[in-house]
Amino acid sequence: MFTKPIHTKLLYLAILAAALLLPWYVPDAYIFQIVTMSVLYAIAASGMNLILGFTGQVTLAHGAFFGMGAYGVAIMTKAGIVFWLALPVSALIAAFIGLLIGLPTLRTRGAYFAIVTLCFGVIVWIVSGNWIELTGGHNGIFGIPRPSPIPVPFFGQIEFFTQTGMYYLALAVLLLVLFALYRLVYSVFGLTFMAVRNNEPLADSVGINTYATKLVSFVAGCFIAGLAGGMYAAMMGAVSPSAAGYMLTFNFLIFVILGGMATLPGPVVGAFAIPVLMEFMQFLDDYRMLIFGALLIMVIIYFPMGLVGGLRRLNQKVAAWRQQKFPESDHASR
Amino acid sequence: MDLFLQQVFNGIMFGSTYAIVALGLTLVMGILNIPNFAHGHLYMLGGYLLFFFASTIGLGYWLGMIVSVAAMGVVGVIMERIVYRPLNDQPHINAFIAAVGSLLFLESFALVVWGSQGLRIPNPHPQIIEIMGITMSIQRLLVIFGAIALILGLHLFMKKTILGITIEAVAQNREGAMLTGINVNRVSSMTFAISAGTAAVAASLLTPIFMLSPSMGAILGMKAFVIVILGGMGSIPGAIFGGFLLGLIEALGGGYISAAYKDVFAFGALILILSIKPTGLFGQKEV
Amino acid sequence: MLRVESVTKRFQGLVAVQDLSFEIIKGEILAIIGPNGAGKSTVFNLITGTLKPTSGQIFINELDITGARPHQVASKGISRTFQTTSLFDQLRVIDNLMIGYKWRTNLGFWNTLFHTPRWKAHQAETYQRAMETLDFLGLAEKHDQFVPALSQEEQKRLAIGIALVSKPHILLLDEPTGGLIQEETDRVTDLIRRVREQGTTVCLIEHKMQMIMGLADRIVVLNYGKKISEGAPAEVKSDQAVIEAYLGGEVHA
Ligand SMILES: Nc1ncnc2c1ncn2[C@@H]1O[C@H](COP(=O)(O)OP(=O)(O)O)[C@@H](O)[C@H]1O
Ligand SMILES: [Mg+2]
Repeated sequence: MFTKPIHTKLLYLAILAAALLLPWYVPDAYIFQIVTMSVLYAIAASGMNLILGFTGQVTLAHGAFFGMGAYGVAIMTKAGIVFWLALPVSALIAAFIGLLIGLPTLRTRGAYFAIVTLCFGVIVWIVSGNWIELTGGHNGIFGIPRPSPIPVPFFGQIEFFTQTGMYYLALAVLLLVLFALYRLVYSVFGLTFMAVRNNEPLADSVGINTYATKLVSFVAGCFIAGLAGGMYAAMMGAVSPSAAGYMLTFNFLIFVILGGMATLPGPVVGAFAIPVLMEFMQFLDDYRMLIFGALLIMVIIYFPMGLVGGLRRLNQKVAAWRQQKFPESDHASR
Repeated sequence: MDLFLQQVFNGIMFGSTYAIVALGLTLVMGILNIPNFAHGHLYMLGGYLLFFFASTIGLGYWLGMIVSVAAMGVVGVIMERIVYRPLNDQPHINAFIAAVGSLLFLESFALVVWGSQGLRIPNPHPQIIEIMGITMSIQRLLVIFGAIALILGLHLFMKKTILGITIEAVAQNREGAMLTGINVNRVSSMTFAISAGTAAVAASLLTPIFMLSPSMGAILGMKAFVIVILGGMGSIPGAIFGGFLLGLIEALGGGYISAAYKDVFAFGALILILSIKPTGLFGQKEV
Repeated sequence: MLRVESVTKRFQGLVAVQDLSFEIIKGEILAIIGPNGAGKSTVFNLITGTLKPTSGQIFINELDITGARPHQVASKGISRTFQTTSLFDQLRVIDNLMIGYKWRTNLGFWNTLFHTPRWKAHQAETYQRAMETLDFLGLAEKHDQFVPALSQEEQKRLAIGIALVSKPHILLLDEPTGGLIQEETDRVTDLIRRVREQGTTVCLIEHKMQMIMGLADRIVVLNYGKKISEGAPAEVKSDQAVIEAYLGGEVHA
């Protein structure tokens, strides 16, 4: 009941192949680094999309949870804890703090939730710049070790000292996150998220615990943000308060909205297309946020489902047109 | 004692700014049920326009202030027209996102036009006087008295003019007002003009004392939200009272507890209060 | 089966429901009528936990549910519709029904994430029950459409379907034919009869007297939040208090 047409599946396979082969055709180390960052942003933005797009709760603290993952891994690995333990623990810490914050604040609605999460995000950012003993203050934390190699029987080991190793690690996590989100969203359980977004009183009246539903969505989204942040720390080797800042939240928001809110590919498309486009338009750097601010407004007014939603609409129009023109060939196209 | 009084004075000065900025925000939120996240950025833009008209063009402080306030009124009307009105009957979260878009746009507009370096206009009233051991400049006193004058003026406007009374009616009951044939679109436009205009007055009063920077609106705007939610959306007395209260708390908290965490008090208080009472202290209305 | 016991609801000064007691008996169709603002919808909101009574109690099969939250009441088998048609209008018809069935299943976070055998069974059961309900509603062909593509009558049917899909014991319908023309009203009335034949107890608020007289087994009449009459349609129709309440004889609700 939730299946996709064949040509969509083929498209996804092609994209997957392109992603797997990326190190071979992007030899430029700088661009490669940007693409790897995009993978991490795509993970975090997908988490935000679960809360914002599918469940309809405008969280403006997502950067803070990314930061908790980043600082968590930074602090733990510098204390000698192995990355493979530090990463899940950091993500769990982000999820746990998300639970603590979500429990009281998810009782608020709409604008109040947006403001209260924005306030929380700013507090985390201020604290990360001032709690010098824990976070190193404005300078942040340096010299975070790369993940230790994973031994594989017969093959030797998988190493992460190169950018390529980190890229594949990030890609694997992105695929895992997307797979999990796919299962959650395209199911009866996922429908309850959308029910809450669409009509909370009705959802309540048909026996859905809307408060618990929002909480699950929020905590899961925060966990994903923490995961992305943790890998960011290991990849960059350093974290500073900007990795927990509200500008980061706004960046995630831009990826989600321009890519396509409440679609699974949307945030991924946004997180890849926007940073890469910006690199090719360096001369526009000063105008970055001027353009994206205006785009955010225009897209939300005219294409609330972003690029992916727009393409889907186009696809439907084309399909309808084809059916009208060539009723016979319709079977073939499915 | 002197330190205490000095902090109280500073608290009142900041509080009067908070009060008028929150006043503009509470009107817009009461009317449109939209959190205008860019409200603090309207304040910021007002400051830069004062710089532009007073210093760059050379109109001087007072004339520059009048022109920049009027210009900001126009900015408010434009903002309502092209950003919020098309989203009137869309799901609410779309308007929140458009608000974030406006905020990013305005901040980066100031950055592109005036650069990230702090700018100043010469203080028109730098004279210092001392009363009961508190040093205060004339400009700082002007902030307080200017704010009080604005509040009184706005109060008279809301109570005595037809437009003011209409705005309050719409803020209280949008559907009801529509049924009685009030042109809600026109009221929304005017409210945005007043809201942006008052933000520009606050900025004009404060700009001679502090440096202008493109990022100065963000935190101020959030504080205005804290005040509006705690004081009750659409409530003018709530905004005034909350503004002065927050100014005093910050001045005393920042002076005696921790300057670095000064902003945390306001935001922390909001989280705490909304956790206990999800619709705000005086909340009846939900967004 | 469901008992309302001296329930009062005050909204700052205004008494919307005053010392109201009545019972819904298993298998019947009970109608609640009364002029606009009499407090009928408020009664539904009190039963389903949307509002909390100022005083009084509500029981389901002797279980006290006063003050329970809406989703808890729903999971006791009490379903409702709203006066203004309320649907998940961003979703497809079939999705609307599957959401309505969700609480009957174990389709939670972990089961869904790991596609456990229980998930598979419940997911299939939900789909099947949703399709079955669509057949019952006469909306089977529309299962893949989005809600805004439906006609007003179809939307009203769907709203009833969302409440009905989970096989509730009691179905509360708030003006199920409001805004419909005679022909459509007849079809929805027929649907309500079939619901009862299936064994679901129905309690409905209605404005159309003609329809009520033919449909209801019993009627409760409210005026200014108070019960002024109760009984079989014929009794209520000739009750002096009811005639007075409706000013001058003709009962038009
Ligand atoms: N949430 C509420 N807050 C305040 N007053 C309400 C609320 N709900 C209903 N009322 C008032 O209670 C009275 C009864 O309303 P309602 O139950 O909707 O009447 P009916 O459904 O019989 O037309 C009306 O006067 C209405 O204005
Ligand atoms: Mg009613």
